Amino acid sequence: MLRITIQLLTLAALAGPAGAAEVWITNEKDNTISVIDSESLEVVRTLPTGERPRGITFSKDYSRVYICASDSDTVQVMDPETGEILHNLPSGEDPEQFVLHPDDRHLYIANEDDAVATVVDTESRRVVAQIDVGIEPEGMAVSPDGKLIITTSETTNMAHWIDTQTHRVVANTLVDARPRHAEFTKDGSKLWVSAEIGGTISVFRVADHSEITKIGFSIRGIRDDAIQPVGFEFSPDGRRAFVALGPANHIAVVDTETYEVEKYILVGRRVWHMEFSPDKARLFVTNGVSGDVTVIDTARLTPIKTVKVGRFPWGAAARP
Amino acid sequence: MRTMILSAILAFAASSASAEVSVRIAYLEHQVKHPPTLSNLDPLPEDLGQAGAELGLVENQASGRFLGQAYTLSVRSVPPDEDFLAAGREVLSETRLLVVKAPAEELLALADLPEAAGALIFNSSAQDTRLRDADCRANLLHSIPSYAMRADALAQFMSKKRWSVWALVVGTHPGDLAFAEALRAAARKFGLRISDEKTWAFGADMRRNAAQEVPPFTQSLKAHDVLVVADEIGDFGRYLLYNTWLPRPVAGSEGVAPMAWSGAVEQWGAAQLQGRFYARTGRKMRAEDYAAWAAVRSIGEAVTRSGADEPDALRDYILSDAFELAGFKGRPLSYRQWNGQLRQPIPLVQPRALVAQAPLDGFLHQHTELDTLGLDAPECNCRAFLE
Repeated sequence: MLRITIQLLTLAALAGPAGAAEVWITNEKDNTISVIDSESLEVVRTLPTGERPRGITFSKDYSRVYICASDSDTVQVMDPETGEILHNLPSGEDPEQFVLHPDDRHLYIANEDDAVATVVDTESRRVVAQIDVGIEPEGMAVSPDGKLIITTSETTNMAHWIDTQTHRVVANTLVDARPRHAEFTKDGSKLWVSAEIGGTISVFRVADHSEITKIGFSIRGIRDDAIQPVGFEFSPDGRRAFVALGPANHIAVVDTETYEVEKYILVGRRVWHMEFSPDKARLFVTNGVSGDVTVIDTARLTPIKTVKVGRFPWGAAARP
Repeated sequence: MRTMILSAILAFAASSASAEVSVRIAYLEHQVKHPPTLSNLDPLPEDLGQAGAELGLVENQASGRFLGQAYTLSVRSVPPDEDFLAAGREVLSETRLLVVKAPAEELLALADLPEAAGALIFNSSAQDTRLRDADCRANLLHSIPSYAMRADALAQFMSKKRWSVWALVVGTHPGDLAFAEALRAAARKFGLRISDEKTWAFGADMRRNAAQEVPPFTQSLKAHDVLVVADEIGDFGRYLLYNTWLPRPVAGSEGVAPMAWSGAVEQWGAAQLQGRFYARTGRKMRAEDYAAWAAVRSIGEAVTRSGADEPDALRDYILSDAFELAGFKGRPLSYRQWNGQLRQPIPLVQPRALVAQAPLDGFLHQHTELDTLGLDAPECNCRAFLE
């Protein structure tokens, strides 16, 4: 008994000091996750995953982390304390990105190679539904009330609006070329969709799926067609959006009321996705080509450190 | 009787509900007799080009089914000895949207048919620069890059590498001569020098002789940084690599090759397109497949965005500033308003990897760096697009 206790204590010690907040980064071309301590800004653990890890998200109580292992054709469920893979979920072919429904139970997964979105019950570990969408689905968003799911399809250039009750597509809205990411605003009234090749973000009114505006970007000294919005996140107060601009190597800070760009923040090469630290004081952005993560001070809107991670960092998720 | 009428009405209602816009595209090919090549390793796929058009159709249909737009593709492949223009007239009587794989002369004859007035024809295979220059036609767009675009791409790369002195080896086929002419023009345009030039006219079978024949053949060439080869049918160029007298890189039709597309392109989401193509055909996607795909997708994109299905309206939209095609080359593709050429980056590839992609950083242009490749407006003698 004593021995077991000691072993457990050792394990707990290995898992790092309790209470330190962490940001988890998937490294697409290394099949690993880099765990960054959000205070010391050091990589404290590197965990093996399945092949080509991309989308990553924690369960509500942070007891599990879900990882899209795209080339293993599965969603892996990991114990974040030990890094152990608990089991795999059926995900459909080539899962790239997903969202966890507010019910903390259903994962909505974009199957990039298969032109479908897959709904998986994480408790029964079964596929609940597969929904036909456009070619190369990627961006996934869920409305705050859980009633709507959005899938964006990169080659079909649409946002598909899916009713979570019926699993049917209720609307399709065209956006500019190669939509990559979608997010509902905190109040659920608007939907933002980024279009990488189009170089814009389209903002829709959720009530009637109508387009409110399109946001464009311009950075002195960088040609317009290299400014390619991909991942983005809203600040906790909802007043700002932080938009990754891909090969333009900048994050745009957009005012969500006026749709004006307040600032462009220089980061690493081909900036992709991002996540806030649990205290929201810092933003961690993945730089795919340079293989690192830029940490941004969200109050001063300045980069404070670059953290080396694995090859092709892609997704990011945080836990307290 | 009543049931029949009822079902007829139902069928009509169903079809009109599912397809408000119906777009019919024809893929028309005149097969050519290919000259023999020394190597037997890479036979030309029979569906070269056509397979790309078919993939483009599937993608158009995927978008179309969400928008009430239906697409069909009919394929007409004319054997070498049969009358291409007669087939062209028939196809033009069925649809006004064509993707064509045929030599330059036949493309022009097709575009000049009275039946082709007001049609929209995409050239997906002929690289002759003159089709984008004085011999352009208002109803003829080009999704395949010209020889000039490919040669300019190579020259930019060479300039960046400071491999500024070339020796040129040219085959005897018309395509070799045309590409060589474009290479000479590109060298002038980018300030590079061709120190020496030789024609490859060997009869021997290089599969066994390359190690004996190529060193002395290249020994007499004046000093050069790189050996540039124009061998567009893939006949002898492959035997030059590693057999040159001096240790020099090979580029052009072999070695580092500027191509509209290649199986080695995986960046900018291209792995997705490559995967879809391979799953359908069991082979890698080539330049002519890509060009046919891009042509069909251009039609689809124009229909999706404009809601039109008439060639006139589609042509207007495609040539407008609003048009952009996501072509898996890292930036949006569009058409040049002065000659109908699809503006596109040119990958420089070796068989197993992308080496670079033109336009390279540092080659600037007042409107878009893509126009540093091929004929820019001020140097273009095309008048058909002036209206």
